Amino acid sequence: MNHWVIAPVLWPWLAGILLLLGRGSLAWQRGVSIAAVAGQLGLALVLAAEVSGGSILVYTLGNWSAPFGIVLVADRLAAWMLVVTALLAPFALLYALRGDDAAGAHFHILFQLQLFGLNGAFLTGDLFNLFVFFEILLMASYGLLLHGSGRKRTRAGLHFVTINLIGSTLFLFAAGTLYGVLGTLNLADLALKVAAAPPENAPLVRVAGLLLFSVFALKAALLPFYLWLPDAYANASGSVAALFAIMTKVGAYSILRIDTLLFGPNAGLAAELLEPWLLPMAMATLLIGVVGALASLRLRQQVAYLVVASVGSLLIAFGLGSVSGIAAGLYYLPHTTFAAAALFLLADSITRRRSDQADRLDPGPTMASAGVLGGLFFIAAVAVAGLPPLSGFLGKFLTLRAALAHPWWPWLMAIILSGGLISLIALARTGSLLFYRAVPPENPVTPEAPSALARELAPSLGLLLLVAGLTVAAGPLAQGTQAAASQLLQPQYYIQAVLKPGGTP
Amino acid sequence: MEVLLALIVGALTTGGIYLALRARTFPLVLGLTLLSYAVNLFLFAMGRLTVGQPPVIVSGAPGYADPVPQALVLTAIVISFAMTAFVIVLALKARAEMGNDHVDGLHRP
Amino acid sequence: MDLLLIATLTPFLGAVPTAALARSSRTQAAWAAGFTVLLTLGCLLPLVGAPFAGETIIQRLRWLPSAGLDLAFRFDGLSLLFALLILGIGLLIVLYASYYLSERDPLGRFYAYLLLFMGSMLGIVLSENLIQLLIFWELTSLSSFLLVSYWYPREEARNGARMALTVTGAGGLALLGGFLLLGHIVGSYDLSVILKAGDAIRAHALYQPMLVLVLLGVFTKSAQFPFHFWLPNAMAAPTPASAYLHSATMVKAGLFLLARLFPALSGTDEWSWLVGGAGLVTLLLGAFFALFQHDLKGLLAYSTISHLGLIALLFGIGTPLAAVAGVFHIINHATFKASLFMAAGIIDHETGSRDMRKINGLWKDMPYTGVLAMVASAAMAGVPLLNGFLSKEMFFAEAFGAATHLRLGWLLPAAVTLAGIFAVAYSLRFIHDVFFNGDPIDLPRTPHEPPRWMKVPMEILVLLCLVVGILPAQTVAPLLTAASTAVLQQPPPAYDLALWHGLNPALAMSVIALIGGGLIYGGRKSLFAFHDRHLQGLDAERVYNAWLDGLFAASGVLTRSLDTGSLQRLLAVVIAAALVLGMAGFLGSPTPLTGSRPLLPVDGVSLVATLGLLAALAGAVILHRQRLVALILIGAVGLVMALIFIKFSAPDLALTQLTVEMVTVVLLLLALYFLPQQSPVESTPTQRSTHLALAIAGGIGTALLTWAVLTRPYDSIAGYFLANSVPGGGGTNVVNVILVDFRGYDTLGEITVLALAALGIYALLDRLRLYGPTQDAKGQPWDADVHPVIMGTLARLLLPLALLVSAFIFLRGHNLPGGGFIAGLLTAAALIVQYLANGIAWSQERLPWNAQRFIGIGLLAAAVTGLASLVVGYPFLTSAFTHWHWPVVGDFELASAMAFDLGVYLVVVGATLLILIRLGLLHRSERRPVRARSSGV
Repeated sequence: MNHWVIAPVLWPWLAGILLLLGRGSLAWQRGVSIAAVAGQLGLALVLAAEVSGGSILVYTLGNWSAPFGIVLVADRLAAWMLVVTALLAPFALLYALRGDDAAGAHFHILFQLQLFGLNGAFLTGDLFNLFVFFEILLMASYGLLLHGSGRKRTRAGLHFVTINLIGSTLFLFAAGTLYGVLGTLNLADLALKVAAAPPENAPLVRVAGLLLFSVFALKAALLPFYLWLPDAYANASGSVAALFAIMTKVGAYSILRIDTLLFGPNAGLAAELLEPWLLPMAMATLLIGVVGALASLRLRQQVAYLVVASVGSLLIAFGLGSVSGIAAGLYYLPHTTFAAAALFLLADSITRRRSDQADRLDPGPTMASAGVLGGLFFIAAVAVAGLPPLSGFLGKFLTLRAALAHPWWPWLMAIILSGGLISLIALARTGSLLFYRAVPPENPVTPEAPSALARELAPSLGLLLLVAGLTVAAGPLAQGTQAAASQLLQPQYYIQAVLKPGGTP
Repeated sequence: MEVLLALIVGALTTGGIYLALRARTFPLVLGLTLLSYAVNLFLFAMGRLTVGQPPVIVSGAPGYADPVPQALVLTAIVISFAMTAFVIVLALKARAEMGNDHVDGLHRP
Repeated sequence: MDLLLIATLTPFLGAVPTAALARSSRTQAAWAAGFTVLLTLGCLLPLVGAPFAGETIIQRLRWLPSAGLDLAFRFDGLSLLFALLILGIGLLIVLYASYYLSERDPLGRFYAYLLLFMGSMLGIVLSENLIQLLIFWELTSLSSFLLVSYWYPREEARNGARMALTVTGAGGLALLGGFLLLGHIVGSYDLSVILKAGDAIRAHALYQPMLVLVLLGVFTKSAQFPFHFWLPNAMAAPTPASAYLHSATMVKAGLFLLARLFPALSGTDEWSWLVGGAGLVTLLLGAFFALFQHDLKGLLAYSTISHLGLIALLFGIGTPLAAVAGVFHIINHATFKASLFMAAGIIDHETGSRDMRKINGLWKDMPYTGVLAMVASAAMAGVPLLNGFLSKEMFFAEAFGAATHLRLGWLLPAAVTLAGIFAVAYSLRFIHDVFFNGDPIDLPRTPHEPPRWMKVPMEILVLLCLVVGILPAQTVAPLLTAASTAVLQQPPPAYDLALWHGLNPALAMSVIALIGGGLIYGGRKSLFAFHDRHLQGLDAERVYNAWLDGLFAASGVLTRSLDTGSLQRLLAVVIAAALVLGMAGFLGSPTPLTGSRPLLPVDGVSLVATLGLLAALAGAVILHRQRLVALILIGAVGLVMALIFIKFSAPDLALTQLTVEMVTVVLLLLALYFLPQQSPVESTPTQRSTHLALAIAGGIGTALLTWAVLTRPYDSIAGYFLANSVPGGGGTNVVNVILVDFRGYDTLGEITVLALAALGIYALLDRLRLYGPTQDAKGQPWDADVHPVIMGTLARLLLPLALLVSAFIFLRGHNLPGGGFIAGLLTAAALIVQYLANGIAWSQERLPWNAQRFIGIGLLAAAVTGLASLVVGYPFLTSAFTHWHWPVVGDFELASAMAFDLGVYLVVVGATLLILIRLGLLHRSERRPVRARSSGV
């Protein structure tokens, strides 16, 4: 039994417990938190190395073999998601250490348990357990979103919580139906049973599948389920919004997982179940996202809408269903995560410096250290808009390349390209508004202490460096995502690994 | 018997959705509670309905109810309890911060 | 040694030290920038020989091979020519700018941006891979945005920059599409492959869409009609930038691409009509409107547009010789236009104005500059002995030649001659208006010659115009041949760069142009009047602005109509969407809803219970405005739920449901205390009916789903658990064994959720103050006696009993209905009763434990149990159990799972207490003011 598989889940959980029991000074909590995310990264990388060879590691919890006990399954996709999360977390945390974490109780515990929920969701091979971990990461995200306070934030939190409770209810209906019809909860086992479902049960399986899809679409913020996102992200504190950049990806991950494992081409009467929905919804989401970004009256709202758009691009790639399409999406996923996080952090820094204007998109006084901020904003905007030379462009390029093989390629190309143009227009306007049209205040802005500024901007800079890294290492990374994608499109190996231990290719 | 259960699940869902769509936090919470009832009952029923069978392993029992859905429902109940508690308190915070209990914090005379 | 890569990167890297140096000294910054350019030239020097020998150097670096995207560089005649233009003129611009920009302008930023742009431009012309070319293409758009917006406090700078970025950026995206298709057709993005595949490309079904997309990129970048309008607006840039971007480099990028892809794309009617047509229209419009510009730079901008059209037209004509002429004119235009922009800059710099209605008669103040400007504009007009004449001559010849094999062919020579006439006219105006034509009219500054070195760049360029104009064969010919070879991918046809070709149509057209131009300029007054009267608003820019405003407006309307921020909307949408998806699953399946499973008979009790539940439910929904009533009814519903669980052999569920129900109701009661007792009527009847419809639809959906599943037979994994519960899990209560053993991992998550909820609630209520009403719904004051004595004593007596019961429930949990969770809730409930009965203060004195510590210890217990199995080499959460014989108690089973269950118990107690105590404390916090008031009375 390879314990590296469960380590990434247990690690943040134990860190959370330690923080809860220790309840030491803030400095102590920060220390633990930092150590935890550092270790997290190490564990994720080790696991990624373990599965890089193509083996699918299965961990049978409580030593109860599948499909009866709960199993964790580490394949390339899961490891990829873990690494992305582990890379994002430190920067969100570093930014929070500047004071966000002191704005309310239990920040660090919530942060660690959020990671616990995320990692658990990525690794689990059991449908109901996926539900449980969704609840964990949601519960933690409620706490984080509402961390600190403020009228708008509370309102956004209320909406966010309510909508996700509806989502959880749907999840249970879907999972229940699948158990009621197929009599199992293990994903691999479900895959077999779905494929073998007789005609009289097929419609129920399809209903369950589509309900499940709607739950994940809600998490991923696909049209028409996206409406919760702009308000929630725009009103979270900077560090939390940055961490939430990974939250929509959980939904995207789950969609990809069930689309390839449960409802693939060989799924009998439920084959290609999501086919008619995923791509159109994703295309519409991309458009509505960029349009929203164009219409936004506040900076953070605009970034939130750009996140919606990025979800669209991501799921367009997944929706293509081909190895190259999924690979393109998997390459684009970390890029959009890091870029959006960086932009959220910068938006927060900008907001702090614009006194009354805050993040409203209208001309305000020249902000302190406008030069540095402007430069970083420019780079982050280039990244988010998917302009050359950063990885966003490469992701777009790979997606379009894959799209050429799809019958709808003219539409896909039109939407992806015009989406890029609109976000370019929106961001150019924003940048020009914030940094160019600023009116010099009567009493000149006092220059800030370089050290403090460096500490504030280091996280966003770090995230942008990650984006640069994705660009430089595009070759090997693209190969990795290719491998992950082809592994996903051969679900028999996953099934074999789970149900016949040691049966990995 | 099955028809009664289906009826109950449907009715609970209807009530839950309707109350959840009200404009004030309190009925919203009630609606969510009803929805959790509905789904818990549904989940439970997925093990099919069995009457008068022993809950624990005993020798010579005619058969047993499917324990899996029961376990799932137990977990689900706990989780929905946690969620409900959280929403209730959130509703109070919203009331305190927005000065009213409208779900959008609006003051509509 | 990838010299080409290094050369491309040098300007980017040089930008950093340049910007840094500028902080200390401007001259140092200028030197750094100049040195960077020279360094770049130096990198290319070793390779210069190859193109003249007709060779093409290709250097590549693997980057994204799986997608056919490598860092591949190409150095041939065309690359060489453009590299020389970019770096040579770039060097002159660096020198010129150091004088042009004033002390107030941050020179370092300018040079940094300039170098960024230079590197991007160089990248374009040195690219072998099309996608890489596109990357640099977009980088020129971005860096030019920075350059044009250099004086960003000025509105026209901001808007001009955004317009340029939007238009060229849009073109770039179209170009990406085009390149993708091209790569798709050819199977590679490498030019060396594409340039050989011309026939295959032209024959391919995707040729037309591909061509259109590529040309969109070309036309936007090279300011071809109808995308020309951004160029005049980009004149808000500092003049050195304009001289560089808008004469020699950026706008030439599009033409470069035409030349680059000439062998692959040209030679079809689509090509001729699109490229030639756009070129012709642009040529005419540019020439015509240039005459009416009063701004010096405006005139030059439109003249640039016109010349770009001219070159495009040449490539559109498509004959090899026309291509050669195009390349030649690219060189010539770059030289004379750059020098003219510099002249405009000098004039602007020395007079403080660019308005040709003010700056007149500068001849006496700045004759030297005047001479240089005259030579340059003569070249622009195509006067003999200057380079402009030669290429224009070739252009006229080609236009005439093309005419012979075209329907209505005579139109083409006519049109180009007309354009020539206007070219002469505006060139005349540039000279005559500025240097003669009366005296200056209230200029901000008194004009005088610029500093010596500011003129040097101009001198060099003008000198080039002359040398090339007089001795073409000895100077430019080899370079032109090399470049043309690269463009045509074969040696160019014989051509003769002589001044005199004898009396031929081209010469005639030149003469007509010169004379006609003179006449037009003579009669300009009336023309101006005509223009101002009729042609003022004739402007593609307005279309663009209208389009942009429309876009913003539309997106605003759309977004705000969807994103109203109303939770009800949000929920309705989500529920409706989920319903639609669910339905979609049902639809299109002929199978019947009802399955074949035998059903249980309905008995009276159940029927009554059902009816009771439905009644309570209906009551709750109908009376939901009476909040207390609704709450009580919902509680009743919960109780019936418990009955249902009992009925269907699920005692554990029943117990859990009961305890949870109780705690939840207590919570809701506490909460209701702070909330209004009634809900007002707010939603409109239509809203209500939609919501009701939605609710009913949802209800029908779930009912049908339940029915469909319940009536179908199934077999599940349950058998395994029933079989292994005792031997494997050591417990006869299968449900509990599943919870703490088979699926203990779920429970671990579940208690984490509970803990999180408690902590989250703690954080929510932290520093929160609430004020409850002092009287109930009916207006009666609350009972002053908060904690009735009898109840208090009763509760105190009950506590130990309750604790005993919960201990019992806990211990038997593994084998009989019960377990950690239920026990925990019971304990919590018992304690809560204490709080309710005796008040927070009293209870906290006697029960001084910290609820959070409880949660922590509980989680720790679960963790330790789980990790213990790791120590002995089993997977996480593997359980073990044994039977011990205890003296008094008797045979007693001890399962590691029970330690886990203990964790559950502790978390439940801790979490529940934490939640309720926090709420209770709220009560106390707001009670005081109430008390004070009552005692005051």
